[in-house]
Amino acid sequence: MRNRRWIVAMVALALTVSACGREVGGDPEPDATDDGAEVEPDGTGDMASGCEVDEVDGDLLFGNWSEYMNPELIDLFEETYDVSVTEDFYTSNEALLAQIRAGGADFDVIVPSDYMVEIMIDEDILLALDHDVIPNMSNIAGEFDDPPYDPGLVYSMPYQWGTTGIGINVAEVGDVTPSWDLLFDPDVAGALPGEISILDDPREGMAAALFWLGYDPNTTDEGELEEAAAAIETARDWTVTYTSDQYAELLLTGETVAGHGYSGGFLDSFFGVDNPEDYDYLIPEEGAVIWTDNMAILADASSVCTAHTFINFILDAENGAELTNWTYYASPNAGSAEFIEEEITTDPTIYPPDDVREKLVFLENTGDAEILFTDLFTGAQG
Amino acid sequence: MATTLTPPDSDQTSVPPAKLPPGLETNAEKAESRRGFLIGLPAYAYLVLFFALPLAIVVVYSFATRSTTGLTVLADWNLQSYARLTDSLVVAITWRSLWIATLTTVVSLVVAYPFAYYIATRTPRVRAALLVLVMIPFWSNFLVRTFAWRLLLSSDGPVTRILETLGFANPRLLFTPSAVIIGLVYGYLPFMILPLYASLERMDHSLVEAARDLYATGWEAFRKVTWPLSKPGVIAGSILVFIPSFGAFVTPEVLGGTGTTMLGSYIGRQFVGTASDWPFGAALSVAILFVMMLAAMFYFRSGGKDL
Repeated sequence: MRNRRWIVAMVALALTVSACGREVGGDPEPDATDDGAEVEPDGTGDMASGCEVDEVDGDLLFGNWSEYMNPELIDLFEETYDVSVTEDFYTSNEALLAQIRAGGADFDVIVPSDYMVEIMIDEDILLALDHDVIPNMSNIAGEFDDPPYDPGLVYSMPYQWGTTGIGINVAEVGDVTPSWDLLFDPDVAGALPGEISILDDPREGMAAALFWLGYDPNTTDEGELEEAAAAIETARDWTVTYTSDQYAELLLTGETVAGHGYSGGFLDSFFGVDNPEDYDYLIPEEGAVIWTDNMAILADASSVCTAHTFINFILDAENGAELTNWTYYASPNAGSAEFIEEEITTDPTIYPPDDVREKLVFLENTGDAEILFTDLFTGAQG
Repeated sequence: MATTLTPPDSDQTSVPPAKLPPGLETNAEKAESRRGFLIGLPAYAYLVLFFALPLAIVVVYSFATRSTTGLTVLADWNLQSYARLTDSLVVAITWRSLWIATLTTVVSLVVAYPFAYYIATRTPRVRAALLVLVMIPFWSNFLVRTFAWRLLLSSDGPVTRILETLGFANPRLLFTPSAVIIGLVYGYLPFMILPLYASLERMDHSLVEAARDLYATGWEAFRKVTWPLSKPGVIAGSILVFIPSFGAFVTPEVLGGTGTTMLGSYIGRQFVGTASDWPFGAALSVAILFVMMLAAMFYFRSGGKDL
């Protein structure tokens, strides 16, 4: 869930700052290193956890994004397995990572986004999953069972997915081609009857410009990145602000007529207005970022069996549908399709058609180039 | 008289030392200072634990290395993060922060001075009431108050409406550097008013009357009497406004848009962002701290001579 809330973000920052005071060592937990080493090179990752299917070994501390879990599912899990589940929330992947690195998170199960799973695998923070204890893994749709950030789903299981695109005020903008031109083309974006907003996130912001230019959003080519930064800088003339949590609000209050943002964030807020037909969420035809949030178990989790059972529980076809019916984000669970409300499955902005899906790209961690992304984007923002 | 008085006197002064072991006085002094230390201990402990230690950690981190995945490696100590401080981006953001902070300080001073003067010249009861009014904003959260400015400055908000009635075409305030300065002045104005008030209130107003009696114009009396006497307040207020404005984070994040990235946001981005470059963020913080300390020392010294 990318719908970050500001006030909570401040708290997250405070946590991070306080986290500076603790040891953030370069030496990960010894047992975590062992787990990483024992994973079979072919990536099947069948780690023996010593747990049985449906076994529980204690209460569960579940770290999640806010508004991202159907509370009835938690109740059902607690009743079925007679354990207590405590849900705790974080506001960004980075805040979650900082909390774990600082040793301040006792989570059993967490829900990091795709690129963060990759970082966490590299840092030996995650436990290799015991696939034998997660039989419902077979429900996962083909396009999610071998993602680039975690080949073979050794460490993570997809939870929900969505895209990053453009929300528009149809009443103001009219019928337009879904294209990044709406943000960057001087003849299109510059001629809109109002202004736009861009995500205040170096990777997402640069990805939008890179798609518009026809480049790979994960490129590390300095020339291409500089071109993207130049496009963002040119767009300053019609950009009102950069925001990762207010893009929908700005659109609804008329400060912007088009905004760059996450599918769920826009759709969620469109459901809440009197005139939903005036707004639309578009996935640009040049391509867009697809993201997944994924369930993973921390290497030092205290209730490993309960954690596996919980993941298996969420991957159940009907439970997965209950989740999507509540969050309005797309489900990676193929088995859930028949139980999800038709209004959701037939919505092309939640479940895009195949030709659009083919052009969706995951953001990958680019290592040292992240600094370049950040500095070029910051410079372009001015 | 003398004979009757002397024995008790000598009893008190000479006899006790003779009975007590040598070095008692030093012991008493030591005990006294030990007691003083014990009383101060919680404060010392607090400062060391929550100020000096975190600061030391920031300094240590600034020499560390960022791993490829953005993890801070406390090894391979180097000056790389400091080398990046001269990047054109850092220089540009520093200049922007400097001028926004300077403007904020100047505007605050211009707004606060007459008001502080007004408060200082009221009767004690009115004074107390006005001071409470100055401090009322502190009773609510700064972030919430900053968000309130978002409504006030938005394109259909009251401030924009008033500007439109005054004949400005399409005034945009929200998400501009002006909005950031308005927000900062609003936030830090009390820090300017209070020290100004303190020094103006202490001033002997008969000096102004004397100047007027000697045919000084109102302006001359202000320039030669009131202003020099209020200078400690001006300096203290300016420092109290400039330093937090320079490192501002919340205000530019909430009210800023294009062309408003300040150092605070850039540093924040090193910690909670995909760059995850803690050593660089730490180096930036250390550099700012160092420059601020130098500037404050210089300011106090040069100001001190005039006082």
